[in-house]
Amino acid sequence: MDVPITDPLPWYIAGPLLGLFVPLMLLLTGKEPGVSSSFRHACAALLPKSGLDYFKYDWLKTGLWQILFVVGILLGGTLVQFALGGAGVPLFLPENLTAAGLAVLFGGGILVGFGTRYADGCTSGHTISGISNLSLPSVVASICFILGGTAASFVHRFAFGGTIP
Amino acid sequence: MSDVKKPSNPWWKFPLWLLLGVGFGAVLTSAQVISVVRVRRMFAFEEPHMFLVIGAAVVTGVISMLLVKALRKSKTDLSGEAMEFKDRPMQPGIIVGGLLFGVGWYFTAACPGPIYALIGTGTWTAFAILGGALVGTFLFGAVKKYLPA
Repeated sequence: MDVPITDPLPWYIAGPLLGLFVPLMLLLTGKEPGVSSSFRHACAALLPKSGLDYFKYDWLKTGLWQILFVVGILLGGTLVQFALGGAGVPLFLPENLTAAGLAVLFGGGILVGFGTRYADGCTSGHTISGISNLSLPSVVASICFILGGTAASFVHRFAFGGTIP
Repeated sequence: MSDVKKPSNPWWKFPLWLLLGVGFGAVLTSAQVISVVRVRRMFAFEEPHMFLVIGAAVVTGVISMLLVKALRKSKTDLSGEAMEFKDRPMQPGIIVGGLLFGVGWYFTAACPGPIYALIGTGTWTAFAILGGALVGTFLFGAVKKYLPA
């Protein structure tokens, strides 16, 4: 936890790089970047007998590309953390390590899973890929992501004494 | 020979997706957008870093895709497959799901991409987030038919 806060890769490099993944992936592989459908593929794979229509499809055929993409994202984190000098910033807080803190992460995770599936996309699928393809619902969804997070921050800080590290 | 069915994707796409993921995850991690520090500062409007990363990504994506669409009339990728543009219609989940995800993003400090990147950095607390996300996804699948579509 004694990781000091150092400067990130500047936004004017990181942002354009992330944005370029949309044309790069579409031109090379025909798919646009997206992550949250991987949760659906995982549920379909882990619970083949759920009986729910939402998980009744050929997850391997539909989702293999995306499973490889998210495993790659995981390895990208490993690469930076252990071979390229580290993220240079704390990635969790002491408060995350208590039972209550882990419960908050788990509960927040439920909202992430439910919310991204109901919205049919997350920050990559809607905000980066969707808006890049001029989809109005993606603009609305992205505004709602920010509004939801801002409201949560407000309540957390002013009603529950949450802090900004 | 000619009636042998062409596989839907050439083999080289599969390692490429893994490699593209590595690049995407490395940028997310280097830009620190996977950090609770940056996410909390964003949602408190304390520093513009996250907004600038997202904004620059969107502007780059929009401009580059306008160019791609103007210059590549065939709308196919380099292997000749159609580029898949996901069509997401307007529906209540765009707003309700979007708001719920925003709240979850604040409390976990991780949107879906960063959950995987965090696990890759050895941040074991991210398994709690991933576990929650899978439960949330299952719950959505279970109640989907009762939600307004």
